[in-house]
Amino acid sequence: MSSCVVEVENLVKRYDKVEALRGVSFDVREGEVFGLLGPNGAGKTSTVEILEGLRTPDGGRVAVCGLDPERSGPRFKQEIGAVLQSTALPEKLRVIEALRLFASFYTRRRDPNELLKRFGLEEKRTAFYMHLSGGQKQRLALALALVNEPRVLFLDEPTAGLDPQVRREMYDIIEELKREGKTILLTTHYIEEAERLCDRVAVIDQGKLIALGTPRELKQRSAGTTRIEVRLVKPESDGALQNLDGVADCRESEGTYLLHSTSVPQTIVALVKHLEARGNELASLEIATPSLEDVFIELTGKRLRD
Amino acid sequence: MRHTWTLTKTRMRLALRNRAFIFFSLVMPLAFLFLYLGIISKAFPFGGGASVGPYLLAPVIALTVMGSFWGLSIQLVTFREKGILRRFRVAPVGPGAMLASSLISNYFLTLPTVVLEFLLARWIFHLDRWGNLWSVWALVTFGTVAFASFGLIVASVTNTMQETQVINNVLWTVFLFLSGATIPLPVLPRVIQFLALFLPATYLVTGLQKAVVRGTEVWHLGAELLALGAGALFAFFVSKQLFRWEPEQKVTRRAKAWAAATILPFLLLGIWESNRGALRSDAKATFDTMDERAHPPRPNR
Repeated sequence: MSSCVVEVENLVKRYDKVEALRGVSFDVREGEVFGLLGPNGAGKTSTVEILEGLRTPDGGRVAVCGLDPERSGPRFKQEIGAVLQSTALPEKLRVIEALRLFASFYTRRRDPNELLKRFGLEEKRTAFYMHLSGGQKQRLALALALVNEPRVLFLDEPTAGLDPQVRREMYDIIEELKREGKTILLTTHYIEEAERLCDRVAVIDQGKLIALGTPRELKQRSAGTTRIEVRLVKPESDGALQNLDGVADCRESEGTYLLHSTSVPQTIVALVKHLEARGNELASLEIATPSLEDVFIELTGKRLRD
Repeated sequence: MRHTWTLTKTRMRLALRNRAFIFFSLVMPLAFLFLYLGIISKAFPFGGGASVGPYLLAPVIALTVMGSFWGLSIQLVTFREKGILRRFRVAPVGPGAMLASSLISNYFLTLPTVVLEFLLARWIFHLDRWGNLWSVWALVTFGTVAFASFGLIVASVTNTMQETQVINNVLWTVFLFLSGATIPLPVLPRVIQFLALFLPATYLVTGLQKAVVRGTEVWHLGAELLALGAGALFAFFVSKQLFRWEPEQKVTRRAKAWAAATILPFLLLGIWESNRGALRSDAKATFDTMDERAHPPRPNR
């Protein structure tokens, strides 16, 4: 059993009267990629920023590499690497200067030239930060996070706002880090990201951890059911569709009915008959295999992007 | 200490790449130099004696030094608003290194402008004396650190760039018009002369006038150097207490009390000066050296 690099116990964080975290607990084992998955405002960034020592918790206990992020000061910062969600560098700082500057802060450091090469930034070596594209800025952020050979890497929404092509490039980089055995805690609201990159995922919503496990374990929660997404010409009440043959669960989200069915043919036949009887029609119908999105919908009744 | 030095070098590099910095730290001070020594000196009373040039060079240097609080406050607020500071916060860098590097880089970047002002005053405006350069150096050093620290305090108690600009404008106006930097102190109404005793800018301007015009030695600039030195130390200490990494970190009441306490050394010194000090009479004596009737111009050698 590998040891825990990050320990979070009953974490509580309040902003004025809003409770952003309500007793969150989990741990991250050495060498694993751990994902915090949830919609915007779920409490992911608050959690990771407490772990980075940027915010003070109002309750609970956290430890990173056995250290208290708030009280261990520079010793703690030597051990972590971080890609923050909202950050920047001075506009007229050159890429190589940024790497050299940050490398100079650490006792254990990697060669900036090697990092440039690894993250495909050699051509941008002397470019100002302001002249980098979104993807290049994010690659530089990752290179800076690795400049001290950190024991644990925090990636807060590392692909947010990037176009799909650049996002896939980032996935490749993170997968490479995963192969090297880096311990990574990443937050995301992209299902694809969590499924592809994470060894274990904690689903978080409204400040509470609502599920924790490997993507496979979580998807097994929806085992035996298939998601049927239906759009109708005229709206129906949820209750009517819930009673159709084979339907285990039915929810409505943005005009789409999400039916979780244990028997797809039976449900579709029942649905068509039901609509005929009501004088209603199908606008669209889609059948999807279970995903983490289904788990999230099942647990919270809403989609991740809601 | 190592982090402070690395950050200082980076900040200097960034400043030199910034057009706004070049304008405010080089172009504007030199514009003041040409305005004061090229235009205002001609319109000065007493027939423009030999002391007029040095007398007017002093406020030009003072304005260069005082400008530190503009640059540093705006830079710190920009860094905080853009999230640049939080990137440094996750690295093993403390507020002390961040602030000290601002002050040191600002000092090294201000000195060449002051030297250039002296050289241009000598070459173009035929200044006939250097004054006491050790005294000038001491006043510029203490003054730059003090005013830069005031800027860091302003940046710490304001939340947005707009707020910072408003406070900077108010302070700049007060420093500019009530300290003798534009209108000589002895010419100002008595009540303003009294108020000026509570302003750090007054100690800088009168000190520089004494050093440049009369060649006053460092050890005869006690009140001026004490005011600026104590102000610099106290303001740096306060700015460290007030430092905020994040825009959403609120300015606490305690922080506001600390910021208000920055005026304490100047309040005490102002009270002492108004009762026992010789700042006003010194300023008058320096001003009177420009009267050609009392001090005829030196013959050209």
